[in-house]
Amino acid sequence: MGDLLANAMPLQGLIGGLMIGTASAIMLLGLGRIAGVSGLAARATGITVDGAPRPLSIAFVVGLPLGALLVALILGPVEARFEQGVVTLLIGGLLVGFGTRLGSGCTSGHGVCGMSRLSARSLVATATFMLTGFATVAAMNAMGLGQ
Amino acid sequence: MKRQIAVTLVAGALFGAGLAVSGMADPQRVRGFLDLFGAWDPTLAFVMGGALIPMAIAWRIQKRMPTPMAAERFTLPTARDLDPRLIGGAALFGIGWGVAGLCPGPAIADLAIAPVPAAIFVLAMLGGMILHRLLPATPAKQPQLETSNV
Repeated sequence: MGDLLANAMPLQGLIGGLMIGTASAIMLLGLGRIAGVSGLAARATGITVDGAPRPLSIAFVVGLPLGALLVALILGPVEARFEQGVVTLLIGGLLVGFGTRLGSGCTSGHGVCGMSRLSARSLVATATFMLTGFATVAAMNAMGLGQ
Repeated sequence: MKRQIAVTLVAGALFGAGLAVSGMADPQRVRGFLDLFGAWDPTLAFVMGGALIPMAIAWRIQKRMPTPMAAERFTLPTARDLDPRLIGGAALFGIGWGVAGLCPGPAIADLAIAPVPAAIFVLAMLGGMILHRLLPATPAKQPQLETSNV
């Protein structure tokens, strides 16, 4: 408990956050659209025909790993600890895919773009997925399913 | 369109780079944030705070702009109602986020960092999206608008 926050990366978090927010601002002011990753991913893959033109959705979705790769090449290895088993990844992925479509957005669309617009829907959605996220990790820990 | 694709690719890459720099590409760090009653890691709060600053400014600028810089018009969400689908969907998403420590952006960015587990998650995520589309209980936005040219 002594070093409760010892692993935090506030500066990197803030810088990375500013980059994410700037990318979202480019989408808004440049293309007049919300940088919502779940919606763009559904559109890029053809799962929905709603939303941005498909070439744009594909460009954004391709850009995400490209940007991460550039950081890895320029700044060195990017930490990504996948300690979950395959079943955990599958269950989590299914819930994230289904839930983000049903709820019309995820951390980017509701969390970054919607909250900054003071959208009531996005504030409610973000509060909801934060709460169930906290509750899920707490419940998994209580059941001894911590990773 | 070429210019729009280039701008979007740059935005996507900057977004992905931001995820990598901020530590959000690491599912264990994200789970650390969600582990409020354990070894809490507040990094995600700094990421969200940092991301909200440019966007809060951008929305103020947007109000004064008749059109976007590289497109004909703004295409922004207009829904206002706090319906059960919004809350139910967000609740399910949060559970999945807590289970795996991944949301859509980091999962897709991680395809370049940890391809195999990221691909497993992304494929399951797309499966969940397809499942949602197959459900008849979502009448509000049936994607029938572009079928005329089929």
